[in-house]
Amino acid sequence: MTMTSGQALILIFLIALMTLFTRALPFLLFPQGKETPAFVRYLGKVLPCAVMGMLIIYCLKGVSVFSAPYGAPELISVAAVILLHKWKHSTLLSIGGGTLLYMFFIQFVFI
Amino acid sequence: MKHKSALRAAFPHTIPVMLGYLFLGAAFGILLNSKGYGWGWAVLMSVFIYAGSMQFVAIGLLSGPFLPLQAALMTLMVNARHTFYGISMLEKFKSMGRKKPYMVFSLTDETFSLLCSARAPEGVDENRFRLWVSFLDQIYWIVGSAAGGLIGSLVSFNTKGIDFVMTALFTVIFLEQWENNRNHIPALVGLGGSVLCLAEFGPGNFILPSMVLIVAILSLFRKASEKEETV
Repeated sequence: MTMTSGQALILIFLIALMTLFTRALPFLLFPQGKETPAFVRYLGKVLPCAVMGMLIIYCLKGVSVFSAPYGAPELISVAAVILLHKWKHSTLLSIGGGTLLYMFFIQFVFI
Repeated sequence: MKHKSALRAAFPHTIPVMLGYLFLGAAFGILLNSKGYGWGWAVLMSVFIYAGSMQFVAIGLLSGPFLPLQAALMTLMVNARHTFYGISMLEKFKSMGRKKPYMVFSLTDETFSLLCSARAPEGVDENRFRLWVSFLDQIYWIVGSAAGGLIGSLVSFNTKGIDFVMTALFTVIFLEQWENNRNHIPALVGLGGSVLCLAEFGPGNFILPSMVLIVAILSLFRKASEKEETV
């Protein structure tokens, strides 16, 4: 520890407060009693699909496609998840299979 | 018991998050422990902050000099994407009453993705079902981080790559949304906009520009998508 417990507690409190702020902001801006603007309602409908795409990229942000192994373990594993899911539509099989394949790749193949 | 049936219905949906959170939480606890903060600190942070990637960033903040303003700003940047989730949950949380504050507090990436896709089965209260999804997820995260803090570096098998669980979870939910929506523009805009911004701004700074770009492009498509709905 490089700081006192009191300082660490202050930092944790601030981080918790700011995190809560980012999550509560839409609910503060558009309270329940009032009509939510049509544009915001539209965003609420289309954002889930868009955000899920963004989260996939967020997970893969550290992958370097311009140097070996050119993102191969990630891309092959994501493709495996998609194929497994198209085939059986079982969430656990798709996620479990893809993850095991990825772990095998980076522990034994693309070290 | 109404809560029991909601819990029983919610649990299977949370299994992928359970795997991810137990391992990632443990990784967090282990790392925090290595900086001199024992399991009690890990639990404290997982109970009150409860934001996966931010807690990893916080390890760095807690093991450097005391810079409160920087910590606050950093949190806003890292967690700005959570504001997106709230916008999509405005309608869903409307009827949640006393449960609503906790639902807002606990809206992580993974919980958001489950709440987007999971539906309560017939006869189970939708609000109780959602509450259990959110609450179970946080329990997994707390248990994982406590365990990590306790066992420290005693992990005996190689878990390298286990964090791919999250990538796989988001991919599966992306696919299901793709199949359930005729309008694929939002999904493509989300992927394409993020890739563009990642290429332009790099892995550390691309989320905020991605959010701006995604909202900008989607607002251009608003008229088109509303027309389609009335057909």
